[in-house]
Amino acid sequence: MALQLATHGLRKAFNRRMVFENVDTAVCEGETLLIAGRNGSGKSTLVKILCGVLSPSKGSVTIDGTGPLNDFTRMELFGLVSPYLQLYDEFSAMENLQLASALRGLRGDVREHEGLLERVALDPGRRDPVHGFSSGMKQRLKYALALAHHPRILVLDEPMSNLDADGTTIVRGIMKEQRTRGILVVATNDLSDIDVFEHKVDLNVRA
Amino acid sequence: MTLRIVLGVLLTLVIVAALGLPIVQQPQHWYEFPSIPGLEEKARIIFFHVPTAWLSVMAFVTSMIYGIRYLRRKDPIDDLTSASAAGLGLLFCVLATVTGAVWAKFNWGSYWNWDPRETSIFVLLLIYGAYFSLRAAVEVEEKRATLSSVYSIIAAVTVPFFVFIMPRIMTGLHPGAKGDPDGAGPVIEFKMSPNMRVVFFSSLIAFTLLFLWMLSLRVRIARLEYHHQPKG
Amino acid sequence: MSAHESTTLRWIRAAVAVFLKDWRSELRTRYAMSALVMFVVTTISIILFSLGGEGASPEVLAGMLWVVIFFAAMSGLSRTFVMEEERGTGMTLQLLTPPGAVFAGKLLFNLVLGAGLTLLTVVLYAFFINGFIVRTLSIFLITITLGSIGLAAASTIIAAIIARANTKGTLYPVLSFPILLPLLMTVINATRLASDGAPLGEATGEFQILISYIVVVITVSIMLFEYIWKD
Repeated sequence: MALQLATHGLRKAFNRRMVFENVDTAVCEGETLLIAGRNGSGKSTLVKILCGVLSPSKGSVTIDGTGPLNDFTRMELFGLVSPYLQLYDEFSAMENLQLASALRGLRGDVREHEGLLERVALDPGRRDPVHGFSSGMKQRLKYALALAHHPRILVLDEPMSNLDADGTTIVRGIMKEQRTRGILVVATNDLSDIDVFEHKVDLNVRA
Repeated sequence: MTLRIVLGVLLTLVIVAALGLPIVQQPQHWYEFPSIPGLEEKARIIFFHVPTAWLSVMAFVTSMIYGIRYLRRKDPIDDLTSASAAGLGLLFCVLATVTGAVWAKFNWGSYWNWDPRETSIFVLLLIYGAYFSLRAAVEVEEKRATLSSVYSIIAAVTVPFFVFIMPRIMTGLHPGAKGDPDGAGPVIEFKMSPNMRVVFFSSLIAFTLLFLWMLSLRVRIARLEYHHQPKG
Repeated sequence: MSAHESTTLRWIRAAVAVFLKDWRSELRTRYAMSALVMFVVTTISIILFSLGGEGASPEVLAGMLWVVIFFAAMSGLSRTFVMEEERGTGMTLQLLTPPGAVFAGKLLFNLVLGAGLTLLTVVLYAFFINGFIVRTLSIFLITITLGSIGLAAASTIIAAIIARANTKGTLYPVLSFPILLPLLMTVINATRLASDGAPLGEATGEFQILISYIVVVITVSIMLFEYIWKD
């Protein structure tokens, strides 16, 4: 069976103020899910729930077609890029990649990491810490971190934020590639970010 | 309804008996308490002090049990019950500490001596204080509930250690502590005649019922507040 | 690729990665270490001044040693969790690694930091405070080892709790003290025995209490950490 990510009756409320409810959707391998909504409509909350870092008030997220999952293999399915994902900015770009691999319990291939950094137009040789990076560079590093372990589900929240024209080109390439080998989830305000999608959750109508 | 009436009657009887029945040197009648040298009238405080101390522990256990239930089922009412029980526990703990200090002053000369039981009730007071400070410091309801449940479990787990530590540290002033020539048993065995025991255990039962009644009231109020609070 | 490696190996790697991350970060900023050193030096100086050249009884000095260690722990051992919360990197960790690995790594970090602060305090105390004599060295060494482990264990789980609260600074000692009191009473007792020159056998009760305390606190922490850590 092919990989499928699905939500069932998802509801989230903070201190009894409801953010969204009855979110039912599913997306399969090779497909893209678009999460649309104004700022504050709960896009990021839904993204966090999909990735497993936030629990829903009601409902569930299911993943099928993977066989049995443990903590590590479940986390490994996901790669996330989002504005509120913080980097360890006292370390360099390569150190961040190696740290992420080690945290996933993996050994991390230095050559592969270098290739990944080059792909997102970052210099693998740079030793200086990330807090000196521009916001565009940090965003590109986040892509490298998200892709390092070849995630089958790539989740992008505001994919083009802080990126210039070159950056957006790189990201469009990444998004296209993800569609060939897994699931792509994009949460955004700006529909020009995304070329094609098969499924959509519109948080604007629910508020 | 019935509980309230039974409770009211029982508590009244207990208070009247505890405060009213005469204390004489040689009890002749069933309603007379023996006079213990050194204590005489002051012995009456045992009918109130011990139950409040007992309740402050029971309330903590109740709070912890509902905390565990919350961690399992995530039902906000469980957390409200846990907090309500803790609130009552704090009240009774303060009462126990104060009545204990009063007793200590009249019996042993000073309000506080760091005898093991005094220290224990003080630690319980600290735990309650910490519990409510924690609750006050977390705004998100689910997180507040989770963190306070976890803390009460951690606190409960470290408390039994005092049972082992106390005997090693000092001899106590409390009846039943190490070094008490009258016996090493719990304070209940402290020289009570049968009629005193009746009043004592009735007091214990009455206070326990009082606690359960107060808890049910508080939970009902909390439930109403919870459901009627405007959303957002 | 990763399917060939056992989960245990991955878990160990992850826990070590958490520890090393905190450690390397600490080496670069030296934030917690300098705060701790300053705290211990300042506190012992204050004690020296208030003693004014006079001594105090060995019982009092034994207690004071652990007062300094306790407050030093309170000033430094919460950083490992509070720092993640303040920087927003908590979610990053939640995304990348299981809660158990986070706890293990940070516990290890606090064990190292705790050992350092205990050692520093003991050394400075021994050098500068008159009247602090240890007659049974074996009791003392075992006590500070077990004491520092227990201190780190309890401090770590409480640090995880307060990191999610608002008034972190003052809340930390308030929550930690009742939990740590059994440990403190026992180590102070044992230190007094060491000061008095009691034979090693007399302190076995204390050591048993300390070891069971450590086991109980770590076990409960492992069971409860996920509730604290996950949102």
